[in-house]
Amino acid sequence: MEAVLFYIFAIGVVVAGAQVVLRRNPIYGAVSLVACFFFLAGIYVLLSAHLIAILQVMVYAGAVMVLFVFVIMLLNLKEEELGEMHVTTMKGIGLAAVLVLVGFIAWKALTPVQFARDMAVNEQIHGFGGVKAVGNVLYRSSVLPFEVTSLLLLVAVVSAVVIAKGKI
Amino acid sequence: MQAFLDSLIRGWGHDPQTWVWTQLIYVAFMGLFSFAVINFAAVTAGIFSWAERRVAGRMQSRVGPNRAGPGGFYQWIADAVKLLTKEDLVPTEADQFLFRIAPYFMMVGFACVFVALPFSHRLVIAEMNVGVFYIIAVTALIVVGIIMSGWSSNSKWSLFGAIRSAAQIISYEIPAGMALMIPVLLSGTLSTQGIIRAQGPWPWEWYIFHDPASFAAFFIYFISALAEGNRTPFDLPEAESELVSGYNTEYSGMRFSYFFLVEWGNMWVMSALATTMFLGGWQVPFLPVTDAADKIAMLSGGWTVLAELASIAIFTFKTLFFVFIVMWLRWTLPRIRVDQMMNMCWKYLVPVSFAAVLFVAGWMLVIHAVPALDWIMRIVLTAGGAITLVMFWLRTLQNIKDTGDKFDFTSNW
Repeated sequence: MEAVLFYIFAIGVVVAGAQVVLRRNPIYGAVSLVACFFFLAGIYVLLSAHLIAILQVMVYAGAVMVLFVFVIMLLNLKEEELGEMHVTTMKGIGLAAVLVLVGFIAWKALTPVQFARDMAVNEQIHGFGGVKAVGNVLYRSSVLPFEVTSLLLLVAVVSAVVIAKGKI
Repeated sequence: MQAFLDSLIRGWGHDPQTWVWTQLIYVAFMGLFSFAVINFAAVTAGIFSWAERRVAGRMQSRVGPNRAGPGGFYQWIADAVKLLTKEDLVPTEADQFLFRIAPYFMMVGFACVFVALPFSHRLVIAEMNVGVFYIIAVTALIVVGIIMSGWSSNSKWSLFGAIRSAAQIISYEIPAGMALMIPVLLSGTLSTQGIIRAQGPWPWEWYIFHDPASFAAFFIYFISALAEGNRTPFDLPEAESELVSGYNTEYSGMRFSYFFLVEWGNMWVMSALATTMFLGGWQVPFLPVTDAADKIAMLSGGWTVLAELASIAIFTFKTLFFVFIVMWLRWTLPRIRVDQMMNMCWKYLVPVSFAAVLFVAGWMLVIHAVPALDWIMRIVLTAGGAITLVMFWLRTLQNIKDTGDKFDFTSNW
């Protein structure tokens, strides 16, 4: 059953991800991205990383994507404003880069690596991705990067206020 | 749920680990439970729609729907049948695909919440160790549905309604989330059942009366939940006098009814969550259930069933009480302006909720050092709450006596 669910979610991620890039209308792209995040959360659940799955949905699908959609909706592009489809050199380079990347990942994934598998099993045993495991990693072993990130967010908030206000 | 199904399979004389049909049984029961839950949600939402109109009628000195059945109770069934048989219109200029699927996004986001909501001591579909986060996360689908319906309708009113709603829900998610973190801090678990087990049956054991900050957090959560559910005084996204009906203006028939099903069903969700997190959930007096000892499970035979029923009754009573308060607020308070709504969230609720979380964290350290303070604080707050309720009750009785108001059950009720 896990395998069946995995294939459902994996196909969903790939199809929705492709939709994000291929759709002309930005709203469709954004909605596909939300769907992609949900399928990805399903894969996290299969990996028994419940907290990561929930955070994926809550932060990305819930907050970040709603803001994206919000902005796209405010712009409200019409079909005529999007312009016509062109085949450009940049798109060709992009396609080539995607093919190289996919090929590389496929080659890596098909080569058995003992070390990586052991690590995965280890983390499975210690409840990787659960509330306790994530908390331990965040507040024990990597507390400094965590706090520095919060400082970064504070800087972003202050600068957003400065830009929006103009005169303080 | 898995433990229950495993015991069921064992009862049939098979080993759940090796039996070939185990996975199929899991899937079948998942379907069954989902069916039960979605029906529960739909029926409560329907009954609330009738109750709300009766309450509104009473508060505005008019009658309300009273034709179909006793007291007009079958009105909601009649409405549902009417909506089912109405033509499902899709505007020509609308985005056909998104317009059609948007209500289902809302329905899914709303129905998924019921999976983690407890109903009684044993009656919960999935006891997740991330239950509270799960509830916050799946409600995000409702926002996506609102935005999609507003944008795809290709109508100014719908778009404005959707934008207002998105801004409102995103903003009020922050104080609501912070307020819900306080019971999580106090109990040390994210599981909804675990939070109830960490509280007790008596008011002074509930988290609302634990300390001043959690008392404030309860009200912050309640206000934010009202805003997230687009309830008055925060019903700006569907303000009839400005936006016709907001994001659902262009909808008709069954798809339209989904929006209202979600709105009324949300009243149960927010009240049940408030009951779970702050008001001791289904805990039965004299039969406290904690992580250490489960008094209900220790009972035997018929008493277990009785205690289980009592816990369902207690939980339902608390929840319905808050559902009534939500209705009461709707017909008491006028709608606030957009800027007032934003000010209220970002200038008052967000800072107060952050301060409350910090206070609770500090208070936990204090009562760890001086345990006596814990009980003093709880009893003082409970007594304060009880005195306030009694004074409110006396004042209301006085008002009713002075105006000579009476509720007539006999004629044309």
